Amino acid sequence: MKRLLTLVSLLFAVLAQPASAQDGGWLYGPTLPEATGDPHPEGNDYMRKYHMELMKHDRDMTLRDGDREIEASLKECFDCHTVKDERTGAPVTYEDERHFCRTCHDYVAVKVDCFMCHRSTPEGFEEPSPLHARLLDLSTQSELAKVENYIASLETSSDQ
Amino acid sequence: MSPKDNFVLPDLPENPSRRGFFKSGATAVTLTLAPGITVMAFGGTPASAAGADAGKRWGLLIDVNKCAKDCTACVTACKDENGWEGHGDPEQNSQWIRKVTMRNKSTGHETQMPVMCQHCEEPPCVDVCPTGASFKRVDGIVLVDKHTCIGCRYCMMACPFKARSFVHEPVNNQKPHAPRGQGTVESCTLCVHRVDEGRIPACVEACDTAGHGAMIFGDLNDPTSDISKALASYPSVALRPDLDLNPGVRYANL
Repeated sequence: MKRLLTLVSLLFAVLAQPASAQDGGWLYGPTLPEATGDPHPEGNDYMRKYHMELMKHDRDMTLRDGDREIEASLKECFDCHTVKDERTGAPVTYEDERHFCRTCHDYVAVKVDCFMCHRSTPEGFEEPSPLHARLLDLSTQSELAKVENYIASLETSSDQ
Repeated sequence: MSPKDNFVLPDLPENPSRRGFFKSGATAVTLTLAPGITVMAFGGTPASAAGADAGKRWGLLIDVNKCAKDCTACVTACKDENGWEGHGDPEQNSQWIRKVTMRNKSTGHETQMPVMCQHCEEPPCVDVCPTGASFKRVDGIVLVDKHTCIGCRYCMMACPFKARSFVHEPVNNQKPHAPRGQGTVESCTLCVHRVDEGRIPACVEACDTAGHGAMIFGDLNDPTSDISKALASYPSVALRPDLDLNPGVRYANL
């Protein structure tokens, strides 16, 4: 019993660690991609909880009232929060699970509909077709190897 | 409960009352100094006048005689500006603006003109929309709020000009100022993002660049604007005048 109590108290001690232990990061959860630019003046905790409220508020003002002096927009998110592919150096789209929004939203299983209409990369980048991206991602080695193996197997079978 | 939930939340950085103040201030300026200043506000001061101005009614005047046969500069410019070039079935691709050819059966004379959303004062698309996604801005521009559009396409049925299109295929690589996606309805926005910056729509600019000058854009409420002067000096018609929709797009020499 004593041993169990010690275990339980230890567990609580670990769980009760302040979230800010890693300078605004989580102790448990997804690994967030590095951002560029100045940090949010509101703080990361605030942005994590309220980013959608901010964007919702300003999107209605922009669309309905034509107010273009907006302070929160998806376009501006990607100024700092863009994940680039290590090999190609190109920004990854929402189709890619490394996309900034997806790191958290996949973790908490919350579906994001924004990118059905909005682009998920900074302006100027030519996003590849979503259809092709869904069918086959040839930018990863494993996928490419699979295709090559398949072609090789076809060639050996036709030789016989 | 984890300590994470205990942090104190600051107020929303956005203070709506501040924006309200700016907006009412802008309107007051327009009212007191009109009409002399509104010309300058249209030509010179971009963005600073935050938001749509209720004192304005944006419109287009299209001179059909000046519209060159087989010229599609306006359509191409609109495609480039708003990124609605289709890659799928041509029967399903979006058309924000199209060139329409009319042929007089008795004489054989052919007339061409661009037709897009007519930005009606009494838009039937807004009347029928079940979610309020189809709406008219205070300055007369009719838009679709794709955040609330459910893709029912009632507005497409209601529009007498066939101005609206439904997006059938998944889309990406959109322009940041013109989001569009599968399952929503879209149409000409009168280049609202440009108008808010004090610029003219892409089609009008392209028509001028092509040397035809068949389209005039401006404020119908301002008697000193080019479009109002042109409307006052020669005859023009609205499409389907029998419907009493009072469109913001007018045609001359039709």
